[in-house]
Order: sequence, then C-alpha cells, then structure tokens
Amino acid sequence: MATTTVTYSVSPLRRTFGEMVGIYAKETKYEFLKLIRTKTFSLSVIGFPVMFYIFFGLANRGNTMGNGQVAAKYLLASYCSFGMIGAALFGIGVGLASERAQGWLELKRSSPMPSMANLVAKCITAQAFGVIIISILAALAIGFGGVHLSLVEFAMLIGMALAGTVPFAAMGLLIALVVPAAATSGVVNLIYLPMSFMSGLWIPIQFLPGIFKPVAPYLPAYHLAQLLETVFGYQERTISTAGHWAGLGGFMLLMLGASWAVFHRTEQDS
Amino acid sequence: MVMDMVEVSTQDTTVMAAPMAVLENVTKKYGAITALDGLSLALRPGEIVALLGPNGAGKSTAVRLLLGLSTPTHGTARIFGNDPRVAATRTRIGAMLQVAAVPKTLKVGEHIDLFRSYYPKPLSVAEIVRIAQLEGLENRLFQALSGGQKQRLLFGLAICGDPEIVFLDEPTVGLDIEARRGLWEQIRSLAARGKTVLMTTHYLEEADALAHRIVVINKGRIVSEGTPREIKNRTAARKIRCITTTPASRIWEMASVVDVQVADGATFVTAGNVEAVLRTMLALDDELSGLEVVAPGLEDAFLALTQG
Repeated sequence: MATTTVTYSVSPLRRTFGEMVGIYAKETKYEFLKLIRTKTFSLSVIGFPVMFYIFFGLANRGNTMGNGQVAAKYLLASYCSFGMIGAALFGIGVGLASERAQGWLELKRSSPMPSMANLVAKCITAQAFGVIIISILAALAIGFGGVHLSLVEFAMLIGMALAGTVPFAAMGLLIALVVPAAATSGVVNLIYLPMSFMSGLWIPIQFLPGIFKPVAPYLPAYHLAQLLETVFGYQERTISTAGHWAGLGGFMLLMLGASWAVFHRTEQDS
Repeated sequence: MVMDMVEVSTQDTTVMAAPMAVLENVTKKYGAITALDGLSLALRPGEIVALLGPNGAGKSTAVRLLLGLSTPTHGTARIFGNDPRVAATRTRIGAMLQVAAVPKTLKVGEHIDLFRSYYPKPLSVAEIVRIAQLEGLENRLFQALSGGQKQRLLFGLAICGDPEIVFLDEPTVGLDIEARRGLWEQIRSLAARGKTVLMTTHYLEEADALAHRIVVINKGRIVSEGTPREIKNRTAARKIRCITTTPASRIWEMASVVDVQVADGATFVTAGNVEAVLRTMLALDDELSGLEVVAPGLEDAFLALTQG
C-alpha cells in the first residue's frame, strides 16, 4: 500500500487596494466609536478645551492684545492646539498602552490584521477629534466671541489640525511603548499640561513670565500653536513659518525613530 | 513555491499527514528564566491536543511561539511548514488568548464585524454568533457581558476566519462549571468540523474531557504524553485531598504528579504514585490534615448534584 506524505504550504497574503482601504476604514470607524462612547475620554478631551475657551476666550470678547490682535481669535488658535494635542496624547498614548497591557493588542497581532492598521486608525481618530474640537471652538468664537472667521481661515485651521496631530500621535506612541500602562495617564498629564502652559497655549506667549520664553522654541506645542496663529497673521515674528514646520517635523521624526528603536528592542526580548 | 492546500482525510490511514504545526526542540529564555527547555510538539490534522501543566509551566509560551508572537531562543517553530511570523499563515489560524480586557465600549456584533474584515474567507456573522452561542447579544456592549459571555466572544473571534488550527490559551479560566461545560461543547464542535486544536489548561478534567492527546508539561519540559486513557492509567486515577502548608509549586516537583489544585484552603493532588507522594507530603508538613484519597469524577458528581 502506497503511503503519501501530505505537506502544507502557504499562499502569500494578497489584498487588493480596495480591501486594504476597507480594513483601515473599519478599524478607524470602530476606534472612533470606541473612544466617543468612552465618556471619561470624550468628555475630558473635548470638554477641557471648550471650558478653557469659554473662560479665557469668550471672557475676553471685544478685547485686543496690543498690536491689534483680537484676543478671542488669538485664543481660538491656542485652544484648538491644546485640544488637538490632548486628543492625540490621550487617545494614542493612554489608549494604546492599556490595550497593550491587557493583551488585546497581542490578540490582534495574532490575527491577519495589517500591522499598521491599528496605529493608523488611532491617528485618524485623533485627527477626527481634533476636527470636532476645532469646529465647536470656532462655533463658540463666531456665535459668542464676536470673532469673524472666514471659510478659508476655518478650512486652514482644519488642515493644520490634520497635519499637526501626527507629531503628537507619534509622541503618544512613544509614551505607550515606554511608560507602564498604569502610569500613562499621569505621565501624559505631566507632559501635556506644563508643555501647553510653557508654549503659550493657555496664556498668550507674550504675557508669560520671561523665564519661559527661551524654552518655548524647544517645545512642539509652541510650533503647532504658532502655525495655527499664522492662519490669522497673529504669529510671533521671531521664527519663520518654515522654521515652525521644521520644528514639528523634526520632533515627529525624533518620536518615530525612538519608538522604532524601543519597539525593536522589546521585540527581541519577547 | 506556492502550492494549493491539500485536503487530508483523517480516516484514511494510508495518508501520512505532515504535522500542521511543529515545535522542534525549542528552548525559550526570557533573560535568566527558561520558559521552555528543549520542548518538541507536533499537531496532526484534526486532533485536539491539550497542553496540561501548572502556571508557569511554559504552556502560553508554546502557544505564543506557534502564533509568531515571539521567537525561539533555540530550535524551530513551524506552522503549515512556514515561519509563524509569515503574515499569510495567520489567515488560517485563530487564537483565543488570555486577554484581561477587550475594548469595553464596542458591541459584540462590532467586534465580530471588525475581526471578520481581517480574513479573506470569514464565516458569516450568523454562523459565528451561532457557533459561539452569542445569539441575542449582538447589540450588547462588551462591558455589559458576563464572564462566560466574554469568553464566548473571544472564542467567536478565534473562529471568525474559519481557521484550520485554533489555539486556545486557558479558554475556561475563571469560569464556573456550567460556563466551562458550555465552552467545552463549542471546542468539541470545532473537532467535529475537522479543525485542529491546541489548548492549554491546568485542569486535568478539562484535558480529559476534550483532548485526543494530552501533553503534560512542567518547567518547560514534557513530563508525560499520551491519550487521556493512557495518562489516567499512568496516574492510576487517584487524587489526594488535604489541608497543607506545602505550596503547590513544591508538590508539582514530586515524581508522578500530574495535577495540583488549591481551592477553598484545601490542596488537591492527582498523581500516579499516590503513596509515594503522600509519604513526601507528610514528611514535609507535620500539620497536614483533612486527608482523603479519592478517585476522580468528583466534578461530575458535583455537576449532577448542582443541576439536579
């Protein structure tokens, strides 16, 4: 009697472009639904910038800041930056760290999910939260702050939100990889709040005590805020727009490079 | 080279099927800790293999290596003849891992919808819901599920892609007896569909109830291997119940021990040479009390009583 040995082989995984887009879209949809339903996240990430803008922005209705800058409009850009950074740092830093610690990420990695799908979905979700925050703040500014905002200015703010979220998403990734899950929320706050203050996101940079001014150009939040102020022509004149883009871009590369290095080191130990 | 998958009939004994998944002389070290120590394991098509052993025996490590989530320090891991880290192998396997929490604010149906999208030929939603017994729970948020329902969802996610091999890492841990029995039925239904299953457990009863073959491991090495009947014959099917201060980890080190459980302050030991184990345990602990030596099957009796 003949004996045959059956062996196995694996055909390579080929997905069409459409299938890939489908997976990324679904991943993003559920990441967004997950976060919007997580009240501790959605209420604080959207609520804090809104509350601060009401206290500081709307309360300064009609005021100008010396060289003709409308305070409520200047602070609109500031709190938009503040909101976007929060969405990225909490959504990705805290979200990814807890999914990693709970073993959920490992289960996903054992499935044929495209390896970048989860991360890209988290980044797009942070951008979506950025757009929501900017839309609410802009509506408040126009409706109650006496701010005139052209459609072009609004579109530029949104565009900045989409681009500006990415470097902070990269920072969130690094935090999720380095900081133990139980501590990420605290660590994010310890970075986010002082950085926001020293970058002029709460109080315009020119009104900050002098000791903070030399620090600002080293903070990514400062560059983002200044880029948003350029939409209104309110930016400081010390650094060019290209300089701010370079600052943010460099910061992003630094975060991604460090994340890559940490990821590969933990892979080898796993 | 790309070949088509060859169908294997398990009834036809003239066909020698190559193992679907293999660990060959695998050693895995995490720093100074050796999790697996020269372990070899092969999964043949259509069989349910139970990896039985105490916590820290290396069961989960073996599963992680076959899933390509980590790589051996020495030796090789193969799945369908390939490196488990090759992404394409993952379309043909499913895994239920020890997950502390799943995103809580997504619904059962949404989790299934997302996982299905990863696979080229997923089962239909209706079928997944039916097999995993999730009927009527599709619109419930994960956070509102009971422990048994959560495990059933994880089981459902493992079978989403209609996998050929299913890995179940401690699938019934933390479940009460009835929920555990329910999951057993689902695992049996996998075998009925011709799937190959590797499950880890630290319950002898569970391995006995489900597996075609049991591999008992401790400290990263195989202690005993065979059909449930062979394992039970080898253990002479006897169990010690007592109250002792000797830790489970110390009892596991004694010869012929295949199972140690600590529950409600009592220690339950299943061993081949009960007399020898008892002598050692009595020598170690002067205070040992409440001693009984019983035949297994208590769990069945308990279930019959509680369901009656």
